Amino acid sequence: MMDIGLSHYLTVAAILFTLGIFGIFLNRKNVIIILMSVELILLAVNINLVAFSVYLGDLVGQVFALLVLAIAAAEAAIGLAVIVVYFRNRGSIAVEDINLMKG
Amino acid sequence: MIIQTIAFYAFAAVTVAAGVMVISARNPVHSVLFLILAFFNAAGLFVLLGAEFIAMILVIVYVGAVAVLFLFVVMMLDINFVELRQGFLQYLPIGALVGLVLLAELVLIFGSWVIAPDVGGRAASPTPLLTETTNTHALGQVLYTDYVFLFQGAGLILLVAMIGAIVLTLRSREGVKRQRIGAQIGRTREESVEIKQIEPGSGV
Repeated sequence: MMDIGLSHYLTVAAILFTLGIFGIFLNRKNVIIILMSVELILLAVNINLVAFSVYLGDLVGQVFALLVLAIAAAEAAIGLAVIVVYFRNRGSIAVEDINLMKG
Repeated sequence: MIIQTIAFYAFAAVTVAAGVMVISARNPVHSVLFLILAFFNAAGLFVLLGAEFIAMILVIVYVGAVAVLFLFVVMMLDINFVELRQGFLQYLPIGALVGLVLLAELVLIFGSWVIAPDVGGRAASPTPLLTETTNTHALGQVLYTDYVFLFQGAGLILLVAMIGAIVLTLRSREGVKRQRIGAQIGRTREESVEIKQIEPGSGV
């Protein structure tokens, strides 16, 4: 077996990123699963940042990963609040029903 | 070294499998639970990398806050998820196509990619040796000095997100009796007691 290097971590992150994109296409009607796919994408980005940070010996990558984490938490909170308000008003969260601003 | 290799492959395999289940599970509650599993195993990967602080923050923030928030919302909303799943197979080909194109691009990048040999000497804040200090200590020394404004900015964004979420979801419903101390104390005799003259023997 070979040593675990940077490319191994990057491969895992790439697969996770692709899964996130795939999930957005696959669950086009369900906003909650789309939000979860976005979280998966952000996780993949974080794995990339931390892997590069460790293998290049630069701590800034981990600082940036920390900031990405904070923004992801804020995004999830706001997104879920919007979903809750929308469900109260319309009784549904299907993506194709969200067309009030179409004019 | 062999244990490290085995641990990496185990964490990576479970992370990817959990990611697949997140986007393909029938029940959104299962999706959230698999998301938690994926985050836990990603935290394991971070520990393997030597970034313990990020790993622990990932467990605390994602599993403790974000995933539980998702779980609350999924369980709180009364949604017919079977109906939402219709068209799942219809979107499968285009999704698979886009995913494959993306993966092929990433593979092409990986195949032709090298790190410049002198990049290690150009680090903005080089990682100190693990024998000198811990990961958390080193991260704090960078985060609270060079990047303190970004840190404060992230805190402000979280504050705005918190206030925004509360403002969005707070509502005052009709017909709910709640204590309003000012109104209760401010009652006067005239508006709360009324004297009625009733004829004797006629009843109320």
